[in-house]
Amino acid sequence: MKTLPTKNVVIIGATSAIAKQVAKKYADSNNQLYLVARNQEQLNIIAQDCQVRTDQGVNTFIADLTDRTQINKMFEDIQDKLSSIDVLLVAHGTLPDQKNCEQDVDQTLRAIAENGLSVINILTIAANILEKQKSGNIAVISSVAGMRGRQSNYVYGCAKSMVSTFLQGLRNRLHKSGVYVTDIKPGFVDTPMTAHIEKKGALWASSEQVGQIIVESIQKNKQTVYAPFFWRYIMLIITSVPEFIFKKLSL
Amino acid sequence: MTNSTMKTSSIKTSTIKTSTIKPSTIKSWGNYPSAETEQFFARYIVDVRKHILSNDELIARGQARSYGDSSHANTTLNTTHLNQYINFDQHSGLLTCFAGTTLENILNTFVPKGWTLIITPGTKYVTVAGAIASDVHGKNHHIQGCFSQCIQQITLMLANGELIECSPVKNTELFQATCSGMGLTGVIISATIKLQKTKTSYFSQDTIKAKNIEQALKIFEQKQDSDYHVAWIDCLATGDQLGRSIVMCAKTANKQQLKLHKSAKLNVPMFMPNLTMNRFSIAAFNALYFNKAKDNQNQIVHYESFYYPLDGLKNWNRLYGKNGFVQYQFVVPKQNGLEALTLILEKISNSKQGSCLTVLKELGPENENYLSFPIKGYTLALDFKVSPTIWGLLDELDELVLKYGGKIYLCKDARMSEQTFKQCYPNWTKLQKVREKFGSLQKFNSNQSNRLGLHP
Ligand SMILES: Cc1cc2nc3c(=O)[nH]c(=O)nc-3n(C[C@H](O)[C@H](O)[C@H](O)COP(=O)(O)OP(=O)(O)OC[C@H]3O[C@@H](n4cnc5c(N)ncnc54)[C@H](O)[C@@H]3O)c2cc1C
Ligand SMILES: NC(=O)c1ccc[n+]([C@@H]2O[C@H](COP(=O)([O-])OP(=O)(O)OC[C@H]3O[C@@H](n4cnc5c(N)ncnc54)[C@H](OP(=O)(O)O)[C@@H]3O)[C@@H](O)[C@H]2O)c1
Repeated sequence: MKTLPTKNVVIIGATSAIAKQVAKKYADSNNQLYLVARNQEQLNIIAQDCQVRTDQGVNTFIADLTDRTQINKMFEDIQDKLSSIDVLLVAHGTLPDQKNCEQDVDQTLRAIAENGLSVINILTIAANILEKQKSGNIAVISSVAGMRGRQSNYVYGCAKSMVSTFLQGLRNRLHKSGVYVTDIKPGFVDTPMTAHIEKKGALWASSEQVGQIIVESIQKNKQTVYAPFFWRYIMLIITSVPEFIFKKLSL
Repeated sequence: MTNSTMKTSSIKTSTIKTSTIKPSTIKSWGNYPSAETEQFFARYIVDVRKHILSNDELIARGQARSYGDSSHANTTLNTTHLNQYINFDQHSGLLTCFAGTTLENILNTFVPKGWTLIITPGTKYVTVAGAIASDVHGKNHHIQGCFSQCIQQITLMLANGELIECSPVKNTELFQATCSGMGLTGVIISATIKLQKTKTSYFSQDTIKAKNIEQALKIFEQKQDSDYHVAWIDCLATGDQLGRSIVMCAKTANKQQLKLHKSAKLNVPMFMPNLTMNRFSIAAFNALYFNKAKDNQNQIVHYESFYYPLDGLKNWNRLYGKNGFVQYQFVVPKQNGLEALTLILEKISNSKQGSCLTVLKELGPENENYLSFPIKGYTLALDFKVSPTIWGLLDELDELVLKYGGKIYLCKDARMSEQTFKQCYPNWTKLQKVREKFGSLQKFNSNQSNRLGLHP
């Protein structure tokens, strides 16, 4: 067996169905893991699973990622426990109910905090650590939903587009430090987040497929990745429909 | 307990998000029969509890590699996402994992670490729970027994949502009812399986041609000491070629290499037209297969092609067309086995409805699990494309099997009558007693169990 040097892999939002698959794959190739989520019971199950797979350590940390102090504590703990961060995946997110958001400022702002601000909080701290370290990969799961505002989903979409724009700038900044920044844009993935949506047709991917794409993209230091690839073409079409037509569509 | 009390319990509602699919049509490996079902997917133990408590009746479902309706019901609880490892003891080789972990998962993780499964059926795409529920057997049954043989413990969720452990020494009757119990005792949550150390992922395989069934059984006899054996029979051959076969015997190879093989690349992308599998194409295929095989050949083969030759062609079940097929697997006692097999093969070859390739295995002694299939004897598994003419033939085969004191395998079954079942499996009464004792009778029922008269 070929043995690659082990990496320290930090996965934030590790109880996400997609992140779980990524964690399994990194554990299978014998890396050290640091897993963060807010649900202790679920996180323990995932950590146990990874510990069976890898000979290296599996650390866990419980945090609500909309809480700044908890994020600070998390990074203190990470730096305590890991000698470096070789891979950082930020995966957490929520899918708000658009209709409810339209009637409720609290819900709208919370969705933006969960999907946008919390990610930027994490990345702002992580960027400095990796910049100093002069190596490593940052990967974040945004969404194709961030590429064009649609009436059915623009609150979630705007938070994701904030993340994508932030990542572009960050990539630009960290390039000279040898840090790679990957923006992962899934389309429809069959996970608990989309449990209420009826799954039909070939556009739906499994969390395992997307997990595989994420691991491969990080390994190849990719920049923007559509998961699966065909979303690049779908989004090319969707983003090129002129606004005067688009606004009349019920997307 | 109702839904609302669940939601106010200490568990955050976010932990019991589960996927629901509106009533949909499901099928299993044979694509026959189909069923309308409301299917829930459990990701955590709390999901299983929630669905057990909030539905009057349901049946667990794994990878749907059973052929018929044993995991079909109006409400199904899919446990394939409940698939994490819990613990592995490097000294004893004991692996504890959740119910939906597949044998493929286990091999992929553990073969590179030098551990492998002791018992596996002919496909790796089954869940641990499915393998327990059917108490499956492999090509080494004559030496190692059924899957339950390597199960140290099972954690089951009962109709009241409680977890209970059972093992050969603890709640023994529940263990014996659950192993082979087709999901009828409760939902398996996790299990502890014994793995064995290995230095190789290869087998040394001997291939021997047998010109008829009698010779095939003789070869089995001579090769009693080989760890694994199986034969492919051409069941359309007649006369003194009746039951001509290719016998394969194997033991683990000396080649010390722990390698995984890439998953199947060949795929049957869609259902084939109904004409694909007709008796001419089958006869031609069998003749070709039989003549191509070299006699008395020894080869070193990877476990992938030895254990799972059919997994090499993804979705091969689609070859039988949209209407599907029935796999008929029976076992007859060793005594008078040749006579029984001869009569049955004659009936099939006369009917001209035989299947492509038919698998013959010798099975070892039976175990104590109530609905376990194997008994000391010979088992044949035959595929029949669904058509109006097969049902009469299969009923006639049932009669022959029963006459010789044999049994029909439940995880392949899609059409057996209640009467036949109860004659094959006299221990069904014991199963019912255990189900009654643990409150499973009303809650866990499948379309198959209803057909077989196991509904209260
Ligand atoms: C190509 C092929 C080759 C095969 N070869 C063999 C062979 O060599 N030997 C052999 O013995 N079998 C063989 N089989 C049959 C197969 O091993 C069994 O049907 C097995 O039970 C399938 O497991 P599954 O996960 O797909 O379960 P399903 O088909 O989904 O369900 C099967 C049964 O398990 C129950 N079940 C599933 N999950 C749970 C759970 N969590 N708790 C309680 N009950 C549960 C279901 O209720 C149902 O009764 C083969 C099948 C195929 C398709
Ligand atoms: N599924 C899709 O179709 C799809 C498409 C495009 C993009 N995405 C993105 O993919 C990522 C993963 O989602 P998924 O599909 O795997 O869904 P998921 O299984 O529901 O995962 C989302 C995870 O985020 C966690 N989370 C949310 N808010 C949090 C907070 N404040 N603090 C800590 N953890 C929090 C959730 O934790 P709890 O379980 O504790 O709530 C959950 O584990 C998300 O960023 C999502 O937006 C998904």
